[in-house]
Amino acid sequence: MIERTPVLNALTHVTMALGLVLLILPIWIVFVASTHDYVTVNRVPLPLWPGSDLIANYSKVWATGNFGQTMLNSLVVAIGVTAGKIILASLSAFSIVFFRYRLRMVFFWLIFITLMLPLEVRIVPTYAVASNALSPFQQMFDWLGIAVALPEWNLLNSYTGLILPLVATATGTFLYRQFFLTIPDELAEAARMDGAGPIRFFIDVLLPLSRNNMAALATIMFVYAWNQYLWPLLITTRADMQTAATQLQKIVPGPLFGQPPVWNEAMAATLLVMAPPLLVVIFMQRWFVRGLIAADK
Amino acid sequence: MERRATFDNLWIAAALIAPQLLLVFVFFYWPASQAVYWAFTTQPPFGGSNEWVGLQNFQQIFADAVYWNSVVVSLVFAFLSTSLSIAMGLLLAVMVDRQLPGYSVYRFTYFWPYAIAAPAVGLAFRFIFAPDAGFVSAVNHWFPNLWNPALDGVDAMALIVIANAWKMAAYNFIFFLAALQAIPRTLNEAAAMDGAGVLRRVRDLQLPLILPTLFFLLVINITESFVDSFGIVDIVTGGGPARATELMVFKIYSDGFKGLDYSMAAAQSLVLMVMVVGLTFVQFRYVERRVHYN
Amino acid sequence: MAPISIRRVTKAFGKTEVIRGVDLEIENGSFVVVLGPSGCGKSTLLRMIAGLEAISGGEIAIDGKVVNDLEPRQRGCAMVFQNYALYPHMTVAENIGYGLKVSGMPSSERRARIDTVAAALGLTDFLARKPGQLSGGQRQRVAMGRAMIREPKVFLFDEPLSNLDAKLRVAMRIEIRKLHQRLAATSVFVTHDQVEAMTLADRLLVMNRGVIEQVGSPLEIYHRPATTFVAGFIGAPGMNLIEATVTADGLRLADGQVLPLDHRRYPHLVTETAVTVGIRAEAIAIGTGDGIIATFDFAEELGNGRHIHLEIASTSLVAHIDSLAVFAPRARVPLVISPRAIHLFDPVTGRRLPEAVVEQIPTAVASFGEPLPA
Ligand SMILES: Nc1ncnc2c1ncn2[C@@H]1O[C@H](COP(=O)(O)OP(=O)(O)OP(=O)(O)O)[C@@H](O)[C@H]1O
Ligand SMILES: [Mg+2]
Repeated sequence: MIERTPVLNALTHVTMALGLVLLILPIWIVFVASTHDYVTVNRVPLPLWPGSDLIANYSKVWATGNFGQTMLNSLVVAIGVTAGKIILASLSAFSIVFFRYRLRMVFFWLIFITLMLPLEVRIVPTYAVASNALSPFQQMFDWLGIAVALPEWNLLNSYTGLILPLVATATGTFLYRQFFLTIPDELAEAARMDGAGPIRFFIDVLLPLSRNNMAALATIMFVYAWNQYLWPLLITTRADMQTAATQLQKIVPGPLFGQPPVWNEAMAATLLVMAPPLLVVIFMQRWFVRGLIAADK
Repeated sequence: MERRATFDNLWIAAALIAPQLLLVFVFFYWPASQAVYWAFTTQPPFGGSNEWVGLQNFQQIFADAVYWNSVVVSLVFAFLSTSLSIAMGLLLAVMVDRQLPGYSVYRFTYFWPYAIAAPAVGLAFRFIFAPDAGFVSAVNHWFPNLWNPALDGVDAMALIVIANAWKMAAYNFIFFLAALQAIPRTLNEAAAMDGAGVLRRVRDLQLPLILPTLFFLLVINITESFVDSFGIVDIVTGGGPARATELMVFKIYSDGFKGLDYSMAAAQSLVLMVMVVGLTFVQFRYVERRVHYN
Repeated sequence: MAPISIRRVTKAFGKTEVIRGVDLEIENGSFVVVLGPSGCGKSTLLRMIAGLEAISGGEIAIDGKVVNDLEPRQRGCAMVFQNYALYPHMTVAENIGYGLKVSGMPSSERRARIDTVAAALGLTDFLARKPGQLSGGQRQRVAMGRAMIREPKVFLFDEPLSNLDAKLRVAMRIEIRKLHQRLAATSVFVTHDQVEAMTLADRLLVMNRGVIEQVGSPLEIYHRPATTFVAGFIGAPGMNLIEATVTADGLRLADGQVLPLDHRRYPHLVTETAVTVGIRAEAIAIGTGDGIIATFDFAEELGNGRHIHLEIASTSLVAHIDSLAVFAPRARVPLVISPRAIHLFDPVTGRRLPEAVVEQIPTAVASFGEPLPA
């Protein structure tokens, strides 16, 4: 379209550039601060260009934050949540969309409602369940008067405990359901005419077709799991089970009071924590944006 | 017409959905119903007998000025950070949607903050806005003691609002941009043929058409501000100074896990749940309408 | 190759009955076309044969074996879908060979079969492409190939040509006909395109609201429609239908004009009975004298003639004429209608009234000469 609006265009460019400064400058400052020594980082105003202490700061904070172990933990959790979610979500959505049974809408709603209550608002009782994952069943047996003593299954300080509650949500199921609904009925019917049963159809047709969705969901789930904070804070007490995000709380003194943090190291730790999901998102941005929008909650 | 479900092997269907249902039961429905149960009883943490107390827990929290403080703080926080992040996300999306030369660079970078964990955002902004170091402290050079979130509740609130809005602006940007790009090009051209200029089209065409997205984002932002902000508050202010930034989630956490008062925490959780579910319902109703719209 | 028997088959979705008792024997190797208005249950019937839709009542047997409870893969049918339903992520070769792959055929053998089928359909050059990179006609061929490769006993087609443009449609129609001649597999073909139905069918089946109105050869159905529905549905335009009363000298219309009637054909007709008269547009000619007079409404140009829309006894009537005569609006048009062109139906049941002397139906001459040895 031919449209001559020079003033407006200039304004647009200025706004966009300002937006870039606002949204990206903080990340840059974190990086810059993590490359200076203690004295420089506390100087006012802060230099805007990186210094030379990058390696020193990072190796120091790597040790104090136990990032070798905690980043590994975060990675295990993030991958566990991502894989678990993709598997469970695709299977449950497959069941809901492609099978005919009376309870399918009931099941859909049972799963769907979990979107409404994020983990954080039901954190206390979820913690109680995590201390013995079989307690709901024990309780129910007790009510029913069945004398069975289930063993305790304590999830505190375990990968399972870090992962499972995060998998128990509907985002993925919903995303997959939306996608499956766009697949024409005839495709499933053609597969049946070709002699393929449900599992075969799932593996040969649905999974390859949902590759994009899978990539999107994987990105979203990776970021979501890596960035968990309150839940790992609660259920991990052992040092070797901490995640990277919770380390931030440990390497700075209490919020705003007492000693100010050692900023250069604190910023190095911050960057370590923010880098992996940021890289994943940048790398996967094409699918991520599409998937996030399709999720539409 | 409703979709034909193609397969009817019940055992396979059940086996496929069972794991998800089991997880949801153990980690969602059970805890949620426990929360309700605890909210109406008093129970010592970890075992012991619990006693039915009816609405007593609620009476207690509603009579507590500290609790009301957390509600007010949450609402103020939600209102401020949501308005800020929505305004910013919308403005940037409208600009990028004009597709002037170079816009793809912005489109590529604007959503990065969304990928960053709340506590990392918190710590970064705590440094940038520190009163005696970092970036903003310069103002204290010219106006001594103008800015000090460690002592001034308003400053502290401003700090967490900015941190949260920064993260959410990126998120909002993606959704607004997607909604804008979903508007058919021909509509825009038709409006241009009708003589509407750029700004006029934003007002008369684009904004009304992305209204559903705006509404959806309002709900998401408010919910997130109730929930995800825990990481920011915990790292930046710890609820202080003088409870000026003590959000509801943060108070639930401190009562439940620091004060070990499960019943109080459960009653507060229940109130928060009702608020979040209420918001979500409003959103569903609107989403429903949006479907008819199309 | 297998005969299909459909016995008292019904189908209900919840409370709504969409197939209401269908009885049909399909001979081995014949090509049956199912024709009917939208929503009459054609696809449903076909899908019940395929095993994609459960049968609510009655039974279906393929090759003498009741298949009600068999899965689609056990029935030996292949189906071509209206939107082709090609697997978008597989190449043409993979699409065609998928059924064989599922059945566990080793890939070298499969490859050979795919090549044969592809060659027969002219798809050899496209085997490595994905469906998204094909034209509509090519996709249609892939869908056909997928059905052919399994050498099914029965071919089922659900409006397979309706997404093609007019020219391609004709070409594909001819190919399907040729294919059938070569494979001689029993075929059921659903369409609502009449020309397609007429040209393809050995036997034509007209459905309406879940019941079969008439089964017969295309010519039979055209020349001796069994009900007013078939009369009005078949042909372009459909047969003109006018209410009349039987008198001694013919058929009296509401305005008093009298159409000719050959009483020898209908010796049992009592005078003063109400009947529905059916006349094909082609059987009406413009006369000169008085005869029957209609009022001119408007004309549609066809290129090879024109459709004259007329009004007679407050009923509209269409005549197909070759002449280029021009009429003024509301002009009086004299008509010539041969008594042999008159069809009579019961106005209440819509059924055709029985004739004593059956008009000879023109039949296609069986063959000219001997078929060439294959
Ligand atoms: N799964 C279903 N649930 C409920 N009703 C259905 C279902 N499938 C078909 N019907 C109904 O059954 C009737 C017959 O449908 P069918 O698809 O067989 O029609 P059709 O003759 O193939 O029409 P068309 O020419 O438009 O394809 C329709 O009224 C349709 O609405
Ligand atoms: Mg149909």
